Amino acid sequence: MYDVPNTERDTTVNDIKISANKVQVYYGEKQAIKDVDCEIQDKTVTAFIGPSGCGKSTFLRCLNRMNDTISVCRVEGSINLDGEDIYDKRVDPVQLRAKVGMVFQKPNPFPKSIYDNVAYGPRIHGLFKTKAELDDIVEKALRRGALWEEVKDRLGDPATGMSGGQQQRLCIARAVATEPEVLLMDEPCSALDPIATAQVEELIDELRSNYSVVIVTHSMQQAARVSQKTAFFHLGNLVEFDDTSKIFTNPEDPRTESYITGRIG
Amino acid sequence: MPGLWLVLIVLALAIAGYVIGRQRALQSGGGNSRALHSLPRFYGWNVAIKVLLPAFIWLAVWSLVQTIIVEKTVSGIIPKEEITIGLEGEDLDLALKVIDANHSLRMAEMRRTAEGLNYLIAADLLTEDEAQNLTLDKVDVEKLLKDAGQVVTGEIIAPVLKASQRKLALDKRADIMKSIFIIGVALAFFIYSVLQSHKDYRARNSVEFMILGLLVLMACIAILTTVGIVLSLAFNTVEFFSIYNWTDYLFGTTWSPRSGAGTHQPLGLLPLLWGTLYISIIALVVAVPIGLFAAIYLAEYASPRVRGFVKPALEVLAGIPSIVYGLFALITVGPMLLDIFGNSGIGIMPGARSVMTAGLVMGIMLIPFVSSLSDDIINAVPQYLRDGSYGLGATHSETIKQVILPAALPGIVGAIILAASRAIGETMLVVFGAGAAGKLSGNPFEAMTTVTAKIVSQLTGDADFTQPEVLVAYALGTTLFILTLALNFIAQRIVNKYREQY
Ligand SMILES: Nc1ncnc2c1ncn2[C@@H]1O[C@H](COP(=O)(O)OP(=O)(O)O)[C@@H](O)[C@H]1O
Ligand SMILES: [Mg+2]
Repeated sequence: MYDVPNTERDTTVNDIKISANKVQVYYGEKQAIKDVDCEIQDKTVTAFIGPSGCGKSTFLRCLNRMNDTISVCRVEGSINLDGEDIYDKRVDPVQLRAKVGMVFQKPNPFPKSIYDNVAYGPRIHGLFKTKAELDDIVEKALRRGALWEEVKDRLGDPATGMSGGQQQRLCIARAVATEPEVLLMDEPCSALDPIATAQVEELIDELRSNYSVVIVTHSMQQAARVSQKTAFFHLGNLVEFDDTSKIFTNPEDPRTESYITGRIG
Repeated sequence: MPGLWLVLIVLALAIAGYVIGRQRALQSGGGNSRALHSLPRFYGWNVAIKVLLPAFIWLAVWSLVQTIIVEKTVSGIIPKEEITIGLEGEDLDLALKVIDANHSLRMAEMRRTAEGLNYLIAADLLTEDEAQNLTLDKVDVEKLLKDAGQVVTGEIIAPVLKASQRKLALDKRADIMKSIFIIGVALAFFIYSVLQSHKDYRARNSVEFMILGLLVLMACIAILTTVGIVLSLAFNTVEFFSIYNWTDYLFGTTWSPRSGAGTHQPLGLLPLLWGTLYISIIALVVAVPIGLFAAIYLAEYASPRVRGFVKPALEVLAGIPSIVYGLFALITVGPMLLDIFGNSGIGIMPGARSVMTAGLVMGIMLIPFVSSLSDDIINAVPQYLRDGSYGLGATHSETIKQVILPAALPGIVGAIILAASRAIGETMLVVFGAGAAGKLSGNPFEAMTTVTAKIVSQLTGDADFTQPEVLVAYALGTTLFILTLALNFIAQRIVNKYREQY
């Protein structure tokens, strides 16, 4: 892609990475997502906000088919990644998840060493030929995760012994190591203290230059700080989806306004 | 008065106490339960427990003391008349032991005779006076007892009969005193606690305290009996090693006890230990892979419907008594193996009983044990670890291999060690499946035997507890106890470590 000189970052128009059409999600009989249309741009941070239980996580998990692991969950409609329907029968969810990485609410490093955690994805997908190449991938991923300086001397230590903030950055590095195109983050800072949160937010801003990032958050300040696009969900509906600055200064829907001013939630 | 009546009277007092205590407390509060310190039922329980608990504790103590005193008194009647003049050193020791053993046999016969007479009196076949006046020259007491369906094992000699008559008389007197005493205790506490039942009395606290006391009492009984068992094991083991060389036991490579052969017979532990370990290893080789893979299937792949059916089914399998598996080994597996490896086949299996027979069947027996424990452990691996792995594009089996099993490994190892300690302690299956000859051999199709099976065989039949070939059973028991204790200890340590893992 060639560079378009542009001074206002919020109005940069990037390619569409993911587009969802008429997505419905059911847990058994219960409908959790209703008729959601949404387009997620490349090299952009998109925030999902909304009251608890409105379906943010559910919709996020549709984007890499993590919902497949829940037996009662059923998804209708279509979601395209680079123009290809990810719910098509020919698509292997396992390969899809290598392309669409995910970071969870609770930091979930495996009970292995720091090195093995980061090397997990590359090993599974066979992304290297020599040990030196793997070392390189691990180092790069840890640098992307803004963790390298802190852990470079103790890569063999168990990951479960790190602080919560470090664990979450490790999980981000672990996701980055498989070289995904999209990174999904489900409330990645909700278990972290303010300093660790600031570090992760900074990291998200840096990741934007390489990936399309989708972040679910319950903190409106965080959405305003890190995202360029914001989607507001309410009771399973996508109520409003627009530039972050517009959502927070001049929302169109009265429900969005009441939520961001603190009247529903 | 028979003991049953005594218990019923105390119970009746307690029930009456409950009603009266509750009633009195309510009355003192003017019929308004809110005026009482505690709920009315606590006043009832306060009386009932205070009647029951001391009465039953005293009943237990009295009965115990009574038995001891009566036995001591009558044991003098049965003579220890064997001649020990001219005996010295080891011979004297042995003679004294024999005398003691004979004496205790006669005491046992005395107890049985007393019981038999008691029965005759209860069945109105004898009056009490007649029972006291029985003499051997006029009546055939043995025949009398046998005709009434009572057990007579030894010869009833005159001193035994006399002692049993004396025991009857003493017991009768003591029983009357016991009844009076116990009812007295119950009544005293009844009156005391009924008087306590006043609206200001803190009945709830008192009941809570007594319940605590009751629980502590039960816990003490549980601990003390365990300590008692271990002590008696230790005591008899020391006894064994005082007459048998411990190096011969620990490092001896032959096991062939002969009754009456004294301290110079080969009672080597090694063949038995080898048999135990050999069978256990074969059992684990069978049980661990099958059980573990079954557990992985159940925990990770099975639909809730399959799981809901298979899991209880496995637990039923785990509940089958080991003697049934023993029959299975003896009747089905042994002959089947013999067809293949016996003289009509390869020719390395002399008989149906072998290490392989017992090991295979024990392995089958342990499968549900291993799978059920492993299933719980795999299920305990948190979902977020699975999500993390799926989120990176790992497949189901990769996730199991790379994340779930490593995380569950310490727990699974703990489960395997628990299974091993069960295998080592198993008895009935071995008696049926493995044979009876202690042997040090590498051929798994030969009959060998185990520590547990030998404990059984050394103690069955005419067991003379002064002989090393009988006392060795206690040494074997101690060995086994230490072995399984160590295994359980290791398992516990590993399982605890695993708790800290995530
Ligand atoms: N595994 C599940 N099974 C059944 N219902 C679920 C499951 N996960 C979420 N839900 C339901 O779907 C709705 C949306 O949940 P979720 O997407 O987690 O909301 P959010 O992340 O916005 O708080 C909720 O009503 C929730 O109860
Ligand atoms: Mg959520």
